[in-house]
Amino acid sequence: MIDREQVLHVARLARLELTDEEVGRISAELSDVLGHIEKIGELDLDDVPPTTHVVEVSNALRPDIVEPSLPREVALANAPAVAASGFLVPSPQADAEPS
Amino acid sequence: MTEFEPVIGLEIHVQLSTRTKMFCGCALSFGEPPNTLTCPVCLGLPGTLPRANAQAIHFGLMIGLALGSDLAPRSIFHRKNYFYPDLPKGYQISQYDEPLCRGGQLGEVRIHRVHLEEDAAKLVHAGSSGRIHGSDASVVDFNRGGTPLAEIVTEPDLRSAAQAREWLTLLRTTLRRLGVSDVNMEEGSLRCDANISIRPVGVTELGTKTELKNMNSFRFLERGINAEIARQEALLRCGGQVVQQTLHFDPQTERITSLRSKEEAHDYRYFPEPDLVPVATSEQMLEAARSAMPELPAAREERLQSLGVSAASARQLAWRTELGDYFEAALAADGAEPQPLANWICNELVARVGEDDPNASKVTPDALAKLVALVRQKAVTIGNAKLVLDRLVADGGDPAAIVEAEGLGVMAGGDDALDPIVEAALAANADAAEKIRGGNMKAIGAIIGHVMRETKGRADGAEVTRIVRQKLGL
Amino acid sequence: MSATDVTLLTAAAAVDAIERGELSAGELFEAYRAAAAGDELNAYLWVAQDAPAPVREGAPLAGVPLAVKDLFCTQGVPSQAGSRILEGYRPPYTASVVAELAAAGAPLLGKTNQDEFAMGSSNENSAFGPVLNPWDRTRVPGGSSGGSAAAVAAGSAPWALGTDTGGSIRQPAALCGIVGLKPTYGTVSRYGMIAFASSLDQAGPLTRDVTDAALLLRHMVARDERDSTSIGFPGEIALPASESLEGIRLGVPEELSDEGVGIERGILDAFNATLRLAEQLGATIETCHLPHAPHALSAYYVLAPAEASSNLARYDGVRYGARVEDGGLVGMYTRTRSEGFGREVKRRIMLGTYSLSSGYYDAYYGRAQRVRTKIADDFRAAFESFDFVVTPTSPSVAFELGAKTSDPLAMYLNDYCTVPMSLAGIPAISIPNGLSDGLPTGFQLCGPAFSENRVLEAAYALEQAIGFDELARRARA
Ligand SMILES: [Zn+2]
Repeated sequence: MIDREQVLHVARLARLELTDEEVGRISAELSDVLGHIEKIGELDLDDVPPTTHVVEVSNALRPDIVEPSLPREVALANAPAVAASGFLVPSPQADAEPS
Repeated sequence: MTEFEPVIGLEIHVQLSTRTKMFCGCALSFGEPPNTLTCPVCLGLPGTLPRANAQAIHFGLMIGLALGSDLAPRSIFHRKNYFYPDLPKGYQISQYDEPLCRGGQLGEVRIHRVHLEEDAAKLVHAGSSGRIHGSDASVVDFNRGGTPLAEIVTEPDLRSAAQAREWLTLLRTTLRRLGVSDVNMEEGSLRCDANISIRPVGVTELGTKTELKNMNSFRFLERGINAEIARQEALLRCGGQVVQQTLHFDPQTERITSLRSKEEAHDYRYFPEPDLVPVATSEQMLEAARSAMPELPAAREERLQSLGVSAASARQLAWRTELGDYFEAALAADGAEPQPLANWICNELVARVGEDDPNASKVTPDALAKLVALVRQKAVTIGNAKLVLDRLVADGGDPAAIVEAEGLGVMAGGDDALDPIVEAALAANADAAEKIRGGNMKAIGAIIGHVMRETKGRADGAEVTRIVRQKLGL
Repeated sequence: MSATDVTLLTAAAAVDAIERGELSAGELFEAYRAAAAGDELNAYLWVAQDAPAPVREGAPLAGVPLAVKDLFCTQGVPSQAGSRILEGYRPPYTASVVAELAAAGAPLLGKTNQDEFAMGSSNENSAFGPVLNPWDRTRVPGGSSGGSAAAVAAGSAPWALGTDTGGSIRQPAALCGIVGLKPTYGTVSRYGMIAFASSLDQAGPLTRDVTDAALLLRHMVARDERDSTSIGFPGEIALPASESLEGIRLGVPEELSDEGVGIERGILDAFNATLRLAEQLGATIETCHLPHAPHALSAYYVLAPAEASSNLARYDGVRYGARVEDGGLVGMYTRTRSEGFGREVKRRIMLGTYSLSSGYYDAYYGRAQRVRTKIADDFRAAFESFDFVVTPTSPSVAFELGAKTSDPLAMYLNDYCTVPMSLAGIPAISIPNGLSDGLPTGFQLCGPAFSENRVLEAAYALEQAIGFDELARRARA
């Protein structure tokens, strides 16, 4: 079960805004899916190692050799807002709570 | 009144001196124009994948060796998820519960762990923007984003701000000696956060800690920690409680403010980075790290002491790598006695060049060695040798030539030359002469001072004393 | 040959025709370009305007054009992963596998429609509208590579690239009556594939027959320096030739081939008919066990959304894509993401964020990773007794548009038979398996990691025996 409060908390973490209708719908849908998923809780997995990669390789390190960077106009080409040769964003300070 | 004891642990971020970023081939940034050192990977473009820099792993292993850490045979990267404009992927690739190095010790402080991660980009406040109505705007420059960082976390073994500062100096020297970082606090290649709590003296449990962020100089580190200790003490003394939080120290106002924004408490949702494979530290990688290790300050300190350098000088020479290097160059040039040479460097030279590297000054190690030799041979008095050093610092040159040209050598001719001058000094300071006769040898200072003035410091003080005693029949 | 005639050739046949000088690559490209531009299934989101530069002399794929799923980044060409949040996004680089195939002589024909960020089994989650099934335009083509499958099935592309995370190549291939192959994880570079779930995503071919799948895959597998998880393929992918299954042991997992688990009767009938054919070709058929397979879907719906919730955090309105201003920074993030992502994507981000969040990691993500280990172990054990494990590809034939959109769990069950192989990272192919109620069904065959050549051989032998009628299928489309 996942209740409205949890849905709102998760939405905040994920930077999603949900309407009241969506909160209700998603909490029902997720509860449904989680109900199914929770069946894995029945399995005895104590001594089972987790799989992060199905094919175990290691290192795959890159030599420390400089490769060309993008021209700035290419780097900025897809940006929704640009100023002073950078990506323009609303200032995070505006959101900060006065302490 | 209860006495409190501070308990301090440090978290140090060090930018590694690789050629390229942690997970892409972009060159590291040294003040280039904004957003000229980016690529699809470090901009977090859709579809791109990270590739770990072998040299950063190598440097991480060297740091682990230098700190006596256990080097993990297998370590992995995690994703630390949070939203911020300086974080292009919405997560930072960092090591979490399987870091490259664990444990260790440097000086009196135990190391908790060392891990690798990528640096954030730079967010520059751009003031009010016409585009976004009535609100402030910032501009993101991704040049720095993805710079390799080693994070070194200590155990809470420090007990004062001054000790924290001193220890961080040792760490800086060690890392500089390794050549893995520029370790420059002002330029941000060395950044330090402090975890601070206080407890009544004698109590063993830890108090609630606060995290003081990003103090960007050694001075601010010390001041910030002291300010936070004072704040916590004041709180506890008036019956308050320390709240666990992240704090910012403003060096201008010396005020401490909370960094907590209105977003909910952090929940970083760490999970293993599926785009990277584990780092398996091979014997070959270990061997490469071992063979790249230079002599470290702790070992150097020990070796200098074994040469006969005093404990205090050995520490100073070993902890300030450039002083140690200067010392060893001077020692090689002359074969001089280590302790007098160390004294001249640690006291006189440092007094004149300050925090600067003496190797970059006009005084060559060879010249200083020669000057110290002249003193030892009594060819110049200590007082005049200091004047020669002033000249060397200002203009460089050969100390013997300066002594010669300025007539600063010890007066030739012994008694014959000095005798009349001492005679005159006794006559001019009859009071002092009387006191000396009466057994007060301290009064001889006035006589020696007079002789020195007359001889422009070229007289040998011991010789003057001998003549005075002789003349006064002592 | 007339324009229609040339598009009737399989890709391999077209390569031969060009090499023999009976067909020009330019003529073939133009025929397909016209077909793709005239597509009425909404299979394409972008079609090339101009003929590509001539392929280099001796390029093995001879200029036979390729349709590419939208989520592969293609320099200067819209690459939107079926999402509003990337509408109009033109990347400054090209995905490794697309570049490799272009160099091998398969130029880009068009970008195909898909479920948004590859999340879906019906293609109804595309921000650019659903794709229609060429067999019945009131039905879905499957997903998430639905545009690629529909384009190949309808003949507007000779072959196509898709990606498979939990069945996204195999299931639409089955629903559209074509061949779809998910290779061993790590054999094909993921660099430039807009990520859904990194530990599962793998590119693969959607083709008209098994030979084409082998031919395309041959030029896809490679170790790519830019993808740390890529390992390439030991040896070369061979073109299959065997028409026998003599000595081959097929394992039929009880857990994935039973009516009790929700597989349609017609699907099972078609599946069993093919098993009988396999026996006639010399194969032995026995029941096998994958005891943890019934839990695969649960593990998958923890792991994939968790990785997705993180992979999709980069869509924040700062560097590319859509942005919706809302005064402050947090407001900009939330408005941009809430308006930019579709319903299913938001649902999975929520699910993934929840399962990674503080206090739930061990119960969900940690456990799901352990289930994944058990499933891989199950397959390893099965492959000690069997050469291949075979199942129906999809539990149902193509369903009506809108039939499952309001029931996420029912939609997720489409992946029931395909997800276990994804979790195990092993190669699996779906081949056309006859019709049920006049609609295609798929037969899935999987083998151990890197057994692509043997999988293709066996699939080819079955394909010859099944004799799925290419021309009849085309006539319907
Ligand atoms: Zn880069």
